[in-house]
Amino acid sequence: MFLASNSIPSPEIVWWALVPVIVFAVSGLLLLTVSSLLKKESSWLAPTITLTAGIFVLFSSFPMWNKIQNDGSFAFLNDSVGVDGSTIFLTGLIAIALISTSIIARPYVHREGIPASEFYVLLLLSAAGGVVMAGANDLIVLFLGIEILSIAVYVLVALHLRKIESQEGAIKYFLLGAFSSAFLLYGIALTYGAVGTTNLIGIRNYLATTVLVEDGMLMISFALILVGLGFKVAAFPFHAWTPDAYQGAPTPVVIWMAAGVKVAGFAAIIRIFPLTFASYVDDWQIPVAVLSGLTVVFGSVVAVVQTNVKRMLAYSSIAHAGFILIGVQSSSIDGTAAVLFYLGVYTFLASGSFAIATVVGGEGDSNHNLDAYKGLAKRNPALAALFTILLLGQAGIPFTGGFIAKLGVISSAVDTKFYFLAGVAMVSAAVAAYIYLRIIMTMYSEIGESEIEEIYVPKGVWIVTSLSSAVVMVIGFIPGPFVEITKDALPILVGS
Amino acid sequence: MNLVIASTSSATFPVLPSLLIVPTVGAIILALLPRSRKDLTKLVALIFSTTTCALSLWLLSDFDSDTHSDTFQFVSRQSWISDFGISWSFGVDGISLFLIILTGLLFPIAFFAVDPDHNDRSYFAWMLLLEAGVMGVFCALDLIVFFLCFEVVLVPMYFLISRWGHGNRSYAAMKFFLFTMSGSALMLVGIITVAFLHADSVGGPITFDLIEIAESQSLTQGAARWLFLTFALAFAVKIPIFPLHTWLPDAHTEAPTAGSVILAGVLLKLGTYGLIRFGLYLFPEASHFFAPIFLTLGVVGIIYGAVVAAMQKDLKRLVAYSSIAHLGFIVLGIFALNTEAIEGSVLQMVNHGISTGALFLLVGMIYERRHTRQIDELGGLQHSAPLMAGFFTVVMLSSIGLPGLNGFVGEFLILLGTFTAHRWWAVIATVGVVLAALYLLWAYQRVFHGPAENENAEMTDLKTRETLVLLPLLALIVFLGIYPKPVINRMENSVKVLVTHIEKHVSDFEEPVNRRSSGEIKIDIHKSEEGH
Repeated sequence: MFLASNSIPSPEIVWWALVPVIVFAVSGLLLLTVSSLLKKESSWLAPTITLTAGIFVLFSSFPMWNKIQNDGSFAFLNDSVGVDGSTIFLTGLIAIALISTSIIARPYVHREGIPASEFYVLLLLSAAGGVVMAGANDLIVLFLGIEILSIAVYVLVALHLRKIESQEGAIKYFLLGAFSSAFLLYGIALTYGAVGTTNLIGIRNYLATTVLVEDGMLMISFALILVGLGFKVAAFPFHAWTPDAYQGAPTPVVIWMAAGVKVAGFAAIIRIFPLTFASYVDDWQIPVAVLSGLTVVFGSVVAVVQTNVKRMLAYSSIAHAGFILIGVQSSSIDGTAAVLFYLGVYTFLASGSFAIATVVGGEGDSNHNLDAYKGLAKRNPALAALFTILLLGQAGIPFTGGFIAKLGVISSAVDTKFYFLAGVAMVSAAVAAYIYLRIIMTMYSEIGESEIEEIYVPKGVWIVTSLSSAVVMVIGFIPGPFVEITKDALPILVGS
Repeated sequence: MNLVIASTSSATFPVLPSLLIVPTVGAIILALLPRSRKDLTKLVALIFSTTTCALSLWLLSDFDSDTHSDTFQFVSRQSWISDFGISWSFGVDGISLFLIILTGLLFPIAFFAVDPDHNDRSYFAWMLLLEAGVMGVFCALDLIVFFLCFEVVLVPMYFLISRWGHGNRSYAAMKFFLFTMSGSALMLVGIITVAFLHADSVGGPITFDLIEIAESQSLTQGAARWLFLTFALAFAVKIPIFPLHTWLPDAHTEAPTAGSVILAGVLLKLGTYGLIRFGLYLFPEASHFFAPIFLTLGVVGIIYGAVVAAMQKDLKRLVAYSSIAHLGFIVLGIFALNTEAIEGSVLQMVNHGISTGALFLLVGMIYERRHTRQIDELGGLQHSAPLMAGFFTVVMLSSIGLPGLNGFVGEFLILLGTFTAHRWWAVIATVGVVLAALYLLWAYQRVFHGPAENENAEMTDLKTRETLVLLPLLALIVFLGIYPKPVINRMENSVKVLVTHIEKHVSDFEEPVNRRSSGEIKIDIHKSEEGH
């Protein structure tokens, strides 16, 4: 209707729906400005602002959730930003990942002498990018979100200035990431070429109503978009950066990469593949299924031969990405709900697990060999117990959230008759159980009295690990309400 | 007061869920117990395990063995994840009843018997969690709840072996965990597939309810056979059936005494029980189709277990291998698919739990005194420990299957049932009975007979506590050997219902009739061939 008037069309903006992006971006920029004006760096200013922003967004998502559930989803800004259950749900997860990262980072940044304000500024900007991705209703907006998210993370990975691995990981991540962005952009361009629009609703409607005589270009664009997004979520064979980047990056950043970046990546994937390309499901389902199977197998098997715990967890995060992709390939309501559920559980699993790695890693963040965990149960029984819960959760043992998450994605694969995929995934999960057990076994192995040295555990680490293990256990015992939430959080593409 | 509660509210009191809840609560209390009150740990563990035991005995007294009653009793249902159609549904029939009681009995015994230096809170907490999981497996009537419990018992067992075991315990614990977890990995896919295919063909929402799926038999023959294999693989690892048994000797040998007792007494039964409840009942046609394979593997297990047991140098390992042989018998009986053999198998599950549990306790007592389990280093123990030798003799004879003791009744029923249906398998299996006598008597001879030298001569005999622990087991061995009727009566109805269920769903199958039970005492070989 704006187009009808003579004035320059200015799209309608629903400001309250943009609160998360605005809060993250503005507090990031504010922090940047303030900290550059301050003569002496303040150790509490940056974490406080970040934490406040995270908590504010987390709590603001509750009224937004209620509003969406009551009034329905909608899109604005010329349909380029959509707000639905999944947007709010994933924004909440991103906020949770941001909160735990910033809690863990405060003592860490102090200990390692990392420039504090830069760290938090980049984290906030990256979170803003993630939220943009969660609400993207247009491929261009999606690309903007990915770039905002990624570029900040490239720098975050390199931020441990005294560690050469940090730079190495960052370079690898950046180079491969730049390539993948190019792939994604090329895929977007080809989609535009084939369909004539970059708007997700437009693409979906066009594909649903038009039979393309020549759909080669579209197929290539599917492949290119899959490569670009597969890179972000570390799916095989686009995972190569993951172990190095995880190992080299400052450990709190790994929490953000494993939880936040993965959530944002899958936010884009579940909007694009099962929704936008819904009518071409036969063309992309098999490739995604193959990719998911390979990712699970690769992540699980390669994890087994690692001796560095951060690398183990990096490969296990690849395996988890594979499991989540299984939910994506089913392209069903239950499958997408399972993806959201898995992302929710994994956010807590990753936050807690890597939080413990920051503590054990010790001064210099380099002590991540399996031996460093030897006798942890003697040195700090509570920490070892919490880590055990988190690892059993990652292994998908019954009565942890990890099991329900796996149950969901495996059901979705069975539902779409991909029995072989379901079987392969479960067997790989049993293989992957080995690494979690190995860490547990190392923690509980006997050590001499002389080797028992006190391990300093900051308060923040306690908060994050105990809360996340509690959540993992609660979801394991009472999954019903959480499953309901993910069913309400399904993404839907609605135009205005 | 208790009697009043039992008589008035037995229908409403959720006795089956409490079998899970009581030990879990015990474990939580133990975990929260302050470090300074270490003296209380064993007491708390005993209180909660005896309460569970009392609850399981209550089941026995209230169990209705009337042939007209429903198969599953004490049924309780509580929705858990309504979106997935999963509910906490529990029930017992004559098959699971005695396994629940066995579990209820063995845990307090294992607690009493445990080495005094195990005053760890976590040790007892893990044991109680293990009990809850095992009870869950035996009560569950929901496929997912069954799987949850079946799988979750790995965690406590893993910690029990890896933290309180002997020698090469981390290796044994890891092997145990990975073997059984890989085995059941496909079962989860199988369970989900069963539920989806059932919902597809029947229409209506997804359900994991065992009775509903098993009674409707809605799956196609091909699908059911494949799915049966995914279940059977999980059970075959857990039982273990040859050639998937390699985790067992390690796990049994390295586990602490109480762990071995529970592992052999109860955990192995999860597999055989699973075969009956989720193999035969859920997939009658497929079980019949694959029966020859399992009969053969059962017989191979009997012979293999016996031969390998005979060659062991380690007394505990010998008992471990004898378990493989005994479980071969149970598998044989299950897949003979007739009333006698299945009754014999269920009875034998209980018998094996009692006698192997007692054997592991005795071996543990020897180890505590002599710090070795090598048969060559032992000898002449009957001079220094006559009481122990006496107990060992009875338990060993029960394990061999001497008439008048419990082992005989079970093995006899299995062989009888198998003979009517699959004669040659039964004939070969009988060799196993002879071999069992060989390896056990030989081991007994080497350990207890002969001259006692050095430390063997100075070994102390059973203490009062140890005698008290063994006495109930011994009483059961004799009682079940002389008068198994109360047990068989209670399971008969359920087994018959199961066999009728199989007959109904296998077109060309009729239960081979045993002339003995139908009044014709003489077994006519020619007539019994009709059963084939």
